[in-house]
Amino acid sequence: MQDLAYLFHGFAVVLTPFNFGLMLLGIVLGVIIGVLPGLGAANGIAILLPLTFTMPPTSAIIMLSCIYWGALFGGAIASILFNIPGEPWSVATTFDGYPLAQQGRAGEALTTSFTSSFVGAFFAVVMITFLAPIIARFALRFGPAEYFSVYLLTFCSFVGMGKGSPAKILASMMIGFALSTVGIDIVTGQLRMTFGLVSLLKGFDFLIAVIGLFGIGEILLSMEEGLAFSGATARINPKVVLETWKKLPRYWLTFLRSTVIGIWMGVTPGGATPASFMSYGAAKKFSKDGDKFGTGVVEGLVAPETAAHAAGTSALLPMITLGIPGSPTAAVLLGGLLIWGLQPGPLLFQEKPDFVWGLIASMYLGNVVGLAVVLSLVPAFAAILRIPFAIIAPVIVVICAIGAYTVNNSMHDIWFMLGFGVVGYVFKKLNYPMAPLVLALVLGNAAESSFRQAMLSSQGSLGILFSNGLVGGITTLALVMLFWPLISKGLRGVLPSRAPKTPAEQPVD
Amino acid sequence: MEAVVAALVFAFGATFVYQSVKLGFRWGAEGPQSGFFPFYVALIICGSSLTVFVNALRGKAGRRDESFVERGQLWKVMQVLIPAAIFVLGVELIGIYVSSAIYIALFMRFLGKYSWVKSVLIAVIICVALFFMFEVWFQVPLYKGTWDLTSWTGY
Repeated sequence: MQDLAYLFHGFAVVLTPFNFGLMLLGIVLGVIIGVLPGLGAANGIAILLPLTFTMPPTSAIIMLSCIYWGALFGGAIASILFNIPGEPWSVATTFDGYPLAQQGRAGEALTTSFTSSFVGAFFAVVMITFLAPIIARFALRFGPAEYFSVYLLTFCSFVGMGKGSPAKILASMMIGFALSTVGIDIVTGQLRMTFGLVSLLKGFDFLIAVIGLFGIGEILLSMEEGLAFSGATARINPKVVLETWKKLPRYWLTFLRSTVIGIWMGVTPGGATPASFMSYGAAKKFSKDGDKFGTGVVEGLVAPETAAHAAGTSALLPMITLGIPGSPTAAVLLGGLLIWGLQPGPLLFQEKPDFVWGLIASMYLGNVVGLAVVLSLVPAFAAILRIPFAIIAPVIVVICAIGAYTVNNSMHDIWFMLGFGVVGYVFKKLNYPMAPLVLALVLGNAAESSFRQAMLSSQGSLGILFSNGLVGGITTLALVMLFWPLISKGLRGVLPSRAPKTPAEQPVD
Repeated sequence: MEAVVAALVFAFGATFVYQSVKLGFRWGAEGPQSGFFPFYVALIICGSSLTVFVNALRGKAGRRDESFVERGQLWKVMQVLIPAAIFVLGVELIGIYVSSAIYIALFMRFLGKYSWVKSVLIAVIICVALFFMFEVWFQVPLYKGTWDLTSWTGY
């Protein structure tokens, strides 16, 4: 009950005029970021992060997390009206959303998707409210070995749950780890991998990588496709909203299933993108209108949106309780915490209850406010997409450059950003996933030091990773995940093959 | 292309292996040496890029090869990439604001086919807005370049 008291205190923190204003600002910025191709939640937050350095941490996290909620909502607008997924997780939204819009039911489609997003996020926040304190208390007993095994599980899950070539997932992840070792060795203070270059002394900041990989890479990709926007017009009036809401409870089972899939994929670092595809596939399989999916079925819109939001929200659970982000965006928020001088992890709940519960309260309110904002302002946001790409593209490049510079006030970082942009473009073309690279770059130092501490205490024996039930269990689970591609291949040989997957299933972004 | 990238990734991994070995990847007096962790990481990079490489040569993943980029697409990408690189060089020399204005204006003029007046006007408006946002309101100074062209503003 103590926690509930904290939660209400958190609401009080969020509802101060200053914080509430930041929340609105964050939502609006987030929707804009979500609508624009090339600017996503991860790099949008990375770019805006330096602007929050002077704010109190609680206000800053409220604004940044609201950008995240806004971006989750915004991705749907571009998908439904323009058939352009503004965000990777809204690709599945285009399957049924765009046909609906073409049939002149854009208002209905938008209302459905926003409401589904809201439902998914809401249940994920409820889950966080009750589970987070328990996990945090439990995690207080963790030592270096336990932490390393959790890191191991995080990264092995990418291999196990990711779609696409395991070798590429592994390569991209390890490149992230390798880049994280550049600079000063945090344990011994020795310089490494700098090749004698002064500009490499500080190492690679993952914010730069995020801005380059996701921002510049995306612009290059959009440019290649030569984007010409032509979209349906959207008008939402209260009548359409109410009529749609009347119909939605019919799909309670889809909501429930998608929420569960989303929460599961969010907590384990599957992320919102695969969650939305999985949920779409599951809905298609179980629905009686399964054959009509792709031609504008409301259910086909409910499923991916609910799951994407549930996953996006629950990705914050491991971040605030263990300091391990479940998605690149959560990783950027984690980077913010470090910059504001907060140590993410279980102790945060005891040392900074204000901050943690303010964040959780802002998740509740942010989603309510977000729903209201997007429902009322859709035409304005859709208008942004009508700005020609020839103006948007250079402006986004400039904004990315500014964002990269402000992280450390360093000119080198802008060059690194450009380099990461090229890498991002090539990797995207060849289906190397980028989320593992970013997460490895963020967690590299922490994972390395926990590994070395564990090794020190065991005198170099890997046996410490199986020394007790807890750490052994996590490690075993991690290994199962790592070899899952092989295991599932083996199982498929034994069991009769199941129904084919959705054709649109894509590798993890 | 698949194979080329895999080879590059392999080279990257190999460089790290070499560096780690130089740093010492074994067990030192106070525990694992600095190169310990990167060494194994780099080994995995080499291993996985080798897998990708072999798969590409065996033609398993090589199907994508033909569709990697068409000449026209490559040209379009270069149209963005090269000006972007020049823009960054410009930031280094004449600062973010002036360089951005020139970049946006030229981009609009030549890739967007807007008139000169419109391009320059929009570019200048955007950069002045950015200037006020960062230098005046948020008080985050941005890079002014080696030859500071905006020093007359006093920021």
